[in-house]
Amino acid sequence: MSSTTTTPRRRRRRRIDLAKLPASTAGGIDDRYRVATPLRWLLNKVFPDHWSFMLGEIALYSFILLLLTGTFLALFFDPSMTEVVYDGSYTPLRGVEMSRAYETSLNLSFDVRGGLIMRQIHHWSALMFMAAIVVHMFRIFFTGAFRKPRELNWIIGLTLFWTGLFEGFAGYGLPDDALSGTGLRIASAITMSVPVVGSWLTTSLFGGEFPATEILPRLYILHVFLLPLLILALVSVHIFLVFRQKHTQWPGPGRTEHNVVGVRMFPAFSAKGGGFSLIVFGLIVLMAGVFQINPIWLFGPYKASVVSAASQPDWYVMFLDGSTRLFPAWDIGPKIFGWDMGYQIPAIFWPTLVLPGLLTVVPMLYPFIEARLRRDTQMHNLLERPRDNPARTGLGAMAITFYLVLLISGGNDVFADKFDISLNAMTWAGRIGIIVLPPLAYYVAYRMCLGLQQHDREVLAHGVETGIIRRLPDGRFIEVHQPLAPADGHGHASLDYAGAAVPKKMNRLGAIAPAVKGFFFPVERPATPPLPPAISPVSPADSPQRYEGAGTQKPN
Amino acid sequence: MTLAERQGTDIDVDDATLTRFDLIREGARRDGVEIVHYVPRFPVRGSREERRVERVIALLLVLSGLLAFGFVVAYIWWPWRYELGDVASKFYTPVLGLTLGGSVFLLGVAVITWAKKLLPEEVSVQEHRPASAADERKLTGETLLNLVDETGIRRRPLLKAAFLLPAGGIAVAAAAPLVGSLIKSPNSPEHIYFSTGWNPAKNGGRKVRLTREDGSPIRPEEVSVGGQMTVFPGIEHGATNQYADSPTLLIHLRQADADALRATIARDKTAVDTTDRNNAVVDGMWQNFVAYSKICTHAGCPASLYEQQTNRLLCPCHQSQFLITDRARPIFGPATRRLPMLPLELEDGFLVAAADYTDAVGPSFWERP
Repeated sequence: MSSTTTTPRRRRRRRIDLAKLPASTAGGIDDRYRVATPLRWLLNKVFPDHWSFMLGEIALYSFILLLLTGTFLALFFDPSMTEVVYDGSYTPLRGVEMSRAYETSLNLSFDVRGGLIMRQIHHWSALMFMAAIVVHMFRIFFTGAFRKPRELNWIIGLTLFWTGLFEGFAGYGLPDDALSGTGLRIASAITMSVPVVGSWLTTSLFGGEFPATEILPRLYILHVFLLPLLILALVSVHIFLVFRQKHTQWPGPGRTEHNVVGVRMFPAFSAKGGGFSLIVFGLIVLMAGVFQINPIWLFGPYKASVVSAASQPDWYVMFLDGSTRLFPAWDIGPKIFGWDMGYQIPAIFWPTLVLPGLLTVVPMLYPFIEARLRRDTQMHNLLERPRDNPARTGLGAMAITFYLVLLISGGNDVFADKFDISLNAMTWAGRIGIIVLPPLAYYVAYRMCLGLQQHDREVLAHGVETGIIRRLPDGRFIEVHQPLAPADGHGHASLDYAGAAVPKKMNRLGAIAPAVKGFFFPVERPATPPLPPAISPVSPADSPQRYEGAGTQKPN
Repeated sequence: MTLAERQGTDIDVDDATLTRFDLIREGARRDGVEIVHYVPRFPVRGSREERRVERVIALLLVLSGLLAFGFVVAYIWWPWRYELGDVASKFYTPVLGLTLGGSVFLLGVAVITWAKKLLPEEVSVQEHRPASAADERKLTGETLLNLVDETGIRRRPLLKAAFLLPAGGIAVAAAAPLVGSLIKSPNSPEHIYFSTGWNPAKNGGRKVRLTREDGSPIRPEEVSVGGQMTVFPGIEHGATNQYADSPTLLIHLRQADADALRATIARDKTAVDTTDRNNAVVDGMWQNFVAYSKICTHAGCPASLYEQQTNRLLCPCHQSQFLITDRARPIFGPATRRLPMLPLELEDGFLVAAADYTDAVGPSFWERP
């Protein structure tokens, strides 16, 4: 690249040659910044391709939307708790006393043109951000992508989840409607429950007795500055580490622990990534337009005496609401077996502070615990199929079940109402379920993994079921299997399981061509049957005729 | 030929016989990337199939562009101001979402289609960076160790000890303004969690009237039998969030329930129950009226759902239930304490609070007895 500009040219006339402009600009840039080598390295970086690798991207794109819409909202929102009388466009609330924060939130919804859709994009993006993080985290866990050398990125990811949760909760508290105020009220009860310093902590955070006048401005600076900054920093390190350590890949032909098989960053990967980001943006905006979310004008301003049934936090906090509902009424103190301790630890301390603490620390340590238990000090760049590690998959199933019971319990009053179940029965079902169901899920998942493993081995040894039943001359019926490798006299192939998906249907072996695509016209010619993934078309790109045009275009 | 074998065999990039693809492959090779498979999707250029894909992508792009302009048109001309009963303005946000979201979504589909249908099929292989060589590690390690040794911090324990003082001092100094400015005692002048708007001190020493949200006082005959009402301290700002601990539920019990509650109070007053946490038995009923704090003792939500038939108060946040005929004892859910009872009296025909709550209202905390 640099050779294009260093050649001396005769200067007869200074005319701008448009055709040479890109080359001369590039040369000028490289003269100054020496980018030719690192830029090409970046363009050529290889990324493996699999749909499950895009889950984290959804979180990133949602976060970008959050930053954009959040900045818009900040232009119109005032987190002040000064009491004002509403006099905006929304007639039903005219004349009602409310905080300035709630008034400006209403103004964003009714008096700022396009403000409502921005608010709704912001809220939907937040829900999507957290959902993508959770699903992405499960993908990482079940495939063992957190193993050495990626333990730190797993820890950063978990930190991102908790930071996102706090960031979302801070934002949920800002509009000062009846729901967000109730959330803050519960938050104050949680900080009150901290042993020894609880009441001091709460008065310090709120600047007095709840709700005082300080909490919204403080939440605001957390929500728009400190926490986004932290998330941005963590996301940057997270992505940098993915870049530096390279992405993991599924086992497959040509794929080893020491390479990455996929497509280069440009053009294929970036085009798909760019297109995918637009799809995520588009879907969130569509949802934000069509599906109403958090209609704060219906809730009214926060008043300490007002609450409605079915008060639920946003979904990502709901599991903690569920744990709070399920935890039994077990205070410690102030009297223990008749002895008056004089102090107490309220019951709410355990499900709202101790449980999240455990849920933060234990998963962070998990990569090291697993490595210790399996005496595993190896580097892992190939993913493990969930079935190949039944214990881990079982633990994951256990975690999901635990989480789901809490999530459902977070809305147990709604379930009780809609399905006409006793509310107390729902609570007891949750209390029993949280203890009984996770071990059951572990057992079921473990057995399923073993069954799937066994079936893989069976197909490798006996071949794929063809669905053909043959009748032998002596009257017996046998089922014909298609062996995956040259078979011995008994029809058994000696193939080792390589950690990759085993073809289990005949059309995966190319026995049947895929359906022709296109609704009215065939978009493409009926293709020759594809090669199974076991023998991917790794053809040398040496012959120039395979890349049409390559032979005709000469480099400058 | 594998990558390792090819290492160090740079080709001559000025060779005129090389194609551009040869150079691309050479560049990738120098970056540790081997392009093992790279074929166009349509080996014959300009085929019907290829043109059809092109048309599909062009259609997507045109639709996306039109929707973008549609968004701008709707943003400017669609009626957007809220009017009670106006239908068109209700659709302002959905129309914006459909046009803008549709536009961005279709653009994304177009780009993905382009990438999947028109860009060449590719399989490239990149080797991982090898682990650092042992001698590299040693050299860096020694450099780092030297860094520490040069300072002489190991040899000079005096400096080491002396250094700890400013290090700790500056850390504390940095934290001091933040902690010092934020910290606020709940005890000044009195413990704020033990005092509510019902304290006569807030009312110039006079007993505080029970009032509605609009500040009007309450005569007993205004509450029907079996009915309930949220009441606030009749002081300035008594019904605002400034007194968030004060909202109280006034209940006019039916005769049988009132008798049951009276019996409970009488029983509890004589036999001090050691397992019961709040022993302060408040004999606060006035005739068949009783008032309990509305602030749930679990997490502070208003325990406001009154089940008239079962005489229970339910908190909708975490479903704690309190039995009002048993001094609001928690009978289900996570709450551990009774709702405190506000002692009632009649003064000039209006209901007043005889005194402030004796128990701290709301959620529990460490030093609450």
